Amino acid sequence: MLDVKAGDEASFELLLHRYRTPLVNFLYRMVRNREQAEDLAQEVFLRVYRAREDYVPSAKFTTWLFRIATNLALNSVRDNRYHKLEVSIDAPITADAEDGDERMLDVPERTPNIEQHLVEDARRKMIRHAIDKLPEKQRAAVLLHKYQELDYAEIAKILSCSESALKSLLFRAYEALRVELAPLVAQHVRTHG
Amino acid sequence: MSCQKMESRILGYIDGRLKESEKLEVEKHLAACAPCRVRVEEFRAVSGLLDELPVIEPSPEFDARVHALVAAEPVKQDWWAWLRVSPRVAFAAPMLLFAAIWLGYVERPIAPPVQVDDAQLMQDLPVLEDHDVLANFEPLKVLPPPVQNDENPDGQQTM
Repeated sequence: MLDVKAGDEASFELLLHRYRTPLVNFLYRMVRNREQAEDLAQEVFLRVYRAREDYVPSAKFTTWLFRIATNLALNSVRDNRYHKLEVSIDAPITADAEDGDERMLDVPERTPNIEQHLVEDARRKMIRHAIDKLPEKQRAAVLLHKYQELDYAEIAKILSCSESALKSLLFRAYEALRVELAPLVAQHVRTHG
Repeated sequence: MSCQKMESRILGYIDGRLKESEKLEVEKHLAACAPCRVRVEEFRAVSGLLDELPVIEPSPEFDARVHALVAAEPVKQDWWAWLRVSPRVAFAAPMLLFAAIWLGYVERPIAPPVQVDDAQLMQDLPVLEDHDVLANFEPLKVLPPPVQNDENPDGQQTM
């Protein structure tokens, strides 16, 4: 980032290549819409570019990057919730419209594995649904902890809370997931435990 | 260690992020606490289930869109940017300032005092006094403006 600050365009390109996939995935799991996740990730990179001259390496770059992403995601989730409340009266009833992207990617073919595909699809849907049900801050904490593998201090900075508050947040999130995914958890324990 | 303290260490234990001393403490507690052992197994299962979600790749247009956004950003000009744009101006401005200050301080030649001849002054004095009297003479101020005479000065009528 310091090279980007010094005006090195190639370094910005490097940042883009290194962080686009983790960012898009994090934002996708936060907002549950691929197009919106990409728009938000682009906004994150734009903000990084805009702030390059004022960047002070007081924290890790990833902390700063995911802090921008988390704030954008939380705002977007809150905006969407109000938007959904506004349109829900007239909106047609569709089954799992939010998983539309996935269905397009994972259309099962008529092969002997169709049952397996359906089972896997149902499992993923359950997991996604369980993550979606978490309060936003707990969801962000789980995603940053599980998928970005950031340490507690970094995640606490991103979420503007203390490390002990973060540990409590993560514990409550895992408890909620354990309850929500009880059948899958029991199955997992039987097969792996 | 209590079961409550386990809450803050259980995920660190599962992820292998605890210090060695903390890990030993947790294992000692687990050896004696069946509910916490179950919870550890179930949290491990949750963590494993979260691993099942696929990773998505950004669309092929992603980079191009970021580049377009960055290219559309207005170029930020700082206060001193004009110096970089025109070094001639940057050089000329302080030179002019320096020249102005130097000219202001430079010593100018003092004109020699005018020698007044006392006799001549005494001779001119009445004239100067008359000028003062005439300049402040009220009746002259109220006189009508002089009338323009169209006739010839020598009194002849023009035909």
